Formats: sequence, structure tokens, C-alpha cells
Amino acid sequence: MAVMTMVQAINSALETKLKEDPDVLCYGEDVGVEGGVFRVTENLQKQFGEARVFDSPLAESGIVGTAVGMCIAGLRPVVEIQFCGFVYPAFNQILSHVARMHNRTRGRYRMSMVIRFPYGGGIKAPEHHSESMEALYAHIPGLKVVIPSNPYDAKGLLISAIESDDPVLYLEPKKIYRAIKQDVPDEKFTIPLGQAKVMQEGQDLTLVSYGAMIREAQKAVVMAKKEGYSIELIDLRTISPIDRETLAQSIRKTGRVLSVTEGPKSFGVGAEIISIANEEAFLNLEAPPTRLAGFDTVPPYPRGEGWYFYPPERIFYEIKKLMDF
Amino acid sequence: MKSSSLSSYPIDFLKKLLKDMLLIRRFEEKCGQMYGLQKIGGFCHLYIGQEAVAVGSIAALDLNRDYCLTAYRDHGHALACGLCPNGLMAELFGKATGCSRGKGGSMHMFDITKGMYGGNGIVGAQIPIATGMAMRFRYKKEKGVVLCFFGDGAIHQGVFHESLNLAKLWKLPIVYICENNQYGMGTDFHRVSAVEDLSIKGAAYNIPGKQVNGMDVLEVYEEVLSAVNQAKEEGIPTLIEAKTYRYKGHSMSDPGKYRSKEELESYKQQDPILILKNQMVDAKILTEEEYQSYDEECKNISNESVRFAEQSPEPSLSSLYEDVLA
Ligand SMILES: Cc1ncc(C[n+]2csc(CCOP(=O)(O)OP(=O)(O)O)c2C)c(N)n1
Ligand SMILES: [Mg+2]
Repeated sequence: MAVMTMVQAINSALETKLKEDPDVLCYGEDVGVEGGVFRVTENLQKQFGEARVFDSPLAESGIVGTAVGMCIAGLRPVVEIQFCGFVYPAFNQILSHVARMHNRTRGRYRMSMVIRFPYGGGIKAPEHHSESMEALYAHIPGLKVVIPSNPYDAKGLLISAIESDDPVLYLEPKKIYRAIKQDVPDEKFTIPLGQAKVMQEGQDLTLVSYGAMIREAQKAVVMAKKEGYSIELIDLRTISPIDRETLAQSIRKTGRVLSVTEGPKSFGVGAEIISIANEEAFLNLEAPPTRLAGFDTVPPYPRGEGWYFYPPERIFYEIKKLMDF
Repeated sequence: MKSSSLSSYPIDFLKKLLKDMLLIRRFEEKCGQMYGLQKIGGFCHLYIGQEAVAVGSIAALDLNRDYCLTAYRDHGHALACGLCPNGLMAELFGKATGCSRGKGGSMHMFDITKGMYGGNGIVGAQIPIATGMAMRFRYKKEKGVVLCFFGDGAIHQGVFHESLNLAKLWKLPIVYICENNQYGMGTDFHRVSAVEDLSIKGAAYNIPGKQVNGMDVLEVYEEVLSAVNQAKEEGIPTLIEAKTYRYKGHSMSDPGKYRSKEELESYKQQDPILILKNQMVDAKILTEEEYQSYDEECKNISNESVRFAEQSPEPSLSSLYEDVLA
């Protein structure tokens, strides 16, 4: 057991798998010598050598495209893209090949890769450096989309992602890369993909979130408690495939659901959660299933960040509205 | 090619090159300070060390007609195109008076009235865009040219190759300028390039390539001017690799562990501003006092830009929704 930040926990997961499985490779821009923009792969090249942990040229399409080939030929690449907004040069690879190769070959090819990248706001930078585009990927059949909210989960989920025979997009909430410290086992452990976690049980309302917004949601839960509301907080952990069962059970119990996400509101993950509430818990509902999300605009430059990324007070306000409905 | 003797240039032209480089240097130093004081948020990539490339190249343009595009390390190109330092600093501060009204930030400086068609945060983004813009000149049969700047990292993006093929095929008036400052973020270009001479990368598309000393503003100017003329007159694109160096980190948050102090110092010995200054002093067309007065002037302009930015209003909340759709 050691106290780790999320950056350290992810590094530890990579180390665990590099040690255990000779077919695991890590590469991407500045990943080798430098240890990545956010130093997530620090020291891995020293430990495992340039053949297994290396720098790629600045070419996202090439990075992900070669990973497709490596998977077909039996390797397990874990590639890093520097920011959520820099995935798009590789979008063609992801949609056309990563997500579909397994289906296209009727199961003969396994896309056993992980594509890791930081997402979300918190560093006062515009658009590509701050956006939260998980819904784009969750919309594509054939991909798994995973987002941890704390160091412990980050390690367990990443190990599962690397071991998965499906391609996993692993989004890292950069805002809390170093903000939370937690006890994380040094040894190997896994957290299954596709399972949400009930972080706190409650009776009155189901609050659903993931990634960096979990922290904000937790603060809102405390505020709500002071007002006498009992909130059930669910961390999705895997965005796609979404854990319908856990959500359905909770919403049937509480009759109210509020989703808290960061990306643009329309056509987002919140819409999916509301649909699940309608499909699975319609007769139990006490208030309209509701979503809080970012604005339908491009993440703005510094001055606007405080407006775009909403505070716990807004979550609490929304909880109150639903309780008073 | 060695820069021909100073005497073939009008003195005012040389002084303008010197002042333009000096302004970039002082403005960038100010940006660094303001970033340290957290007046500037997000990312901020300084151009210090590379001044001769933007200034020498852009001096070959007719900014009333020609287009200039670059990446996110764009303050230098913006100043060389004549953008107002106040608007740039305000943009860096995220204020409503910024040249992109506080929504673009450091990486997205634009002013189409000055031929500056933008910085780009996505590495390599500007390469096909610039190529498309060159199409206008050919299509309208106008004598214009596009300068497209990008780095030694960006050259490995697929769009570089797609664009060069198109440019040659369509006979586009464009000059691609690869600013090889030797590093893409923390990665030495030797580690990620199959070839050392980046200027040969045009060869596959029959595009002439040249290497120039990017620390020598006159050498840059002469090579770019001849490429610009060839592009305008004959529709021949060129690829120029300007060998240069950035003195500061990749961005403000870069500790710079990937290079040695000695390496950095050796480049500072070939400082682009000092090279030109010394040449001019030797030729007796510049005195030390004159140089000092230019320096004062540039510092004052930079200080004034900070004052302007400080006093400018914040963008309004409603501006969040502005310009999402036309
Ligand atoms: C598509 C894309 N991938 C990655 C990045 C992150 N990134 C920003 S600058 C940079 C290095 C670019 O190096 P180079 O082209 O040499 O330009 P320089 O910074 O040296 O001016 C990287 C990897 C990005 N902005 N866009
Ligand atoms: Mg470079």
C-alpha cells in the first residue's frame, strides 16, 4: 500500500502490466524520455527499455493506426494522446478500425489496445485542452469508454482495460491528476469494466456522475445532507457500456435522478441516463429525470472557465428543485 | 546562402527588422512575467530565440494581400504582421478587447486586416488550411502568396504530406516554412525523424527544399523572398527549413530537462538580434545609443500593452454563446 495521486496510480498500473505481460507496449508523443506531458509514464522507459516504452513522432493518426496493426499481430499497445482535443487526427482510425475490426472480422481480430488521454477543464486553457468529449466515443459501438474519479479506481480500471480484449478509451480527469491522494495497493488488482460504484447510499435522489465532477457532486451531497436530504451518489466509472442495472435499481428506489457531467449538454451522457430512468423506472419517478452539463459551446478561455464549469452550489440548487418538485 | 552585404539594403529596412525582432523579444519577456503573475491562464508558448524567422519571412510579404498562418507559438508572427501589442496582450489576459475578443487566447491570434490568418492549437492544422488558401490566388489569377509556418514536430503529421502533394499538383503559390527549433515539446527532433535534413521532405513531391540559418534574419529574408517570387510568378511551392532555437521552455510549464545549459548558451551566442545589431554597428549604420533607445521603446510598448490589458473589461457572460453558430 502506498499513498498515490492519480498520476502515480496510473503509472503504477502501467508498470504492473509492463512487468507481467511482455506483449504490453507504451508509446506516444513525449512518452519515453520525457515521461509524458503530465509525467504519467515517468521512469517507465528507464525501467523497461526503449523497445517497450518509446516516443512516437507527432502523428496521432499514425499512433493509433499502428496500434491497430499491433493488436492484429498479437500485441497489447497502450498509447497516449496528449489531450482530449488532439485525438481527432486519429478519429478516423478509432471509428473506422479500432471500433469495428473485431466485428468486421467476425471476431478474428481483437483490438486489445488502450488509448489513454487527459480530458476536461481546470487548467484555464481553451477548447482542445479543456474539452470533455466522452459522449462522442460512447456513441460508437465497439468501444469501451472508462473514466476514473480517484487514484484507487484509476489503477484497478486501467489494469482491467489493458487486459480487456476490447479497445478501451481511458479518459483521465486532468483536473484531479494530483489533487487527490489515496492509499493504493502496490500489487496488482482489478476493477471490472462496466460496473458503476455506489459511493454513498441514499433514499431521496440518485446523483450520477464520473471523473472530476465526482468531487463537485460529493460537495453537493454534503450540502444536501445539511438540508435533510439523503442522496445516493453513483460513480459510473465506465461510461460505455453503461451499467444500466445499477442505475435502474437506484432510480427505482429514489424516484429521482440528476446527472452531473462536464461536456456539452445536448446529446450527451446525461441524455442517456435520463433515457435509462424512463425506460427502467418510469413508474417510480417522483420528479423529471434531469441533467446538469456544460453549455452547448466551445470551452472558453480563462475568464469563462468559472462560468462553464459549474460549482457544487449549482448541483445543490438542482437537487433542491427536484426535491421540491 | 550567406546574407549579402548590408549595403544593398535601405537603412530604414534594416532598422525595421531590428526593431521588429526587439519588440517580439521584449513583448515575450513581458508575457513570461505576466504568466508568472497568473495574469495569463492556460498555455503560453514564447517565441524568444526564433525572432529572425518570423520577421525575416514576413518582411517578404505584401500584407495587404498575402496570407500568413502559423501554429500556437504565434505572438511573434502576429507582431511581425503588425498586430497591435495591446490587442495581443489583452487576448492573452482573456479580455474583451483582445484580438480574438478574449476567446482565443495565446494560441489563436488573428487579424485578417493585417494578413495574419491565425495561430492554431492543433499541431499541423494550418498546413492544409494554408494550402487551401493558396488556391484562391491561383483560382482568381491574383499575384498573392501564402506563408505557412510550422515546427519540426508538425512535419510528421500526415496532413503535411497530403498538402505538399496537392500544392505541387495544383501549382499553388505557397511557401512552407518549417521552423526547426530542434525540439517538439521535450522530444529532440532526431529521435522522431527518419531524416536529419527536413528540407528534403519536399523531394517526394518535386518541391524544392532549402535549409537556412534561422538565426540570421537577412538570410531568412533573402531565401523567403526568392521563394515568394517563384510562388507568385510561376506557381512553384517551396519548402524551407529554418534552423533555429527556442530559448525558453516549450510552454511556460516546461522545466526543460531535456537539453543542456551548454547547448542553450551556445545558441544564445548566435542570437538573431545581436547578429543583426553587431552587423549594423560594424557597418556604422547604428550606434549603441540608438539601439538602447529602440530597446526602451520596445519595453515601453510592452508595458503599455499590460496596462491596456489590465484596464480592459472582461468578456460578458453572454459572450459564451457568441459565435458558436453563424
Ligand atoms: C494534434 C496535436 N497533437 C499534440 C499536440 C500537443 N503539442 C503541442 S505543441 C507540440 C510540439 C510541437 O512541436 P513543433 O512542431 O516542433 O513546434 P514548436 O513547439 O517547437 O514550435 C505538441 C506535441 C497538439 N497541440 N496538437
Ligand atoms: Mg519544434
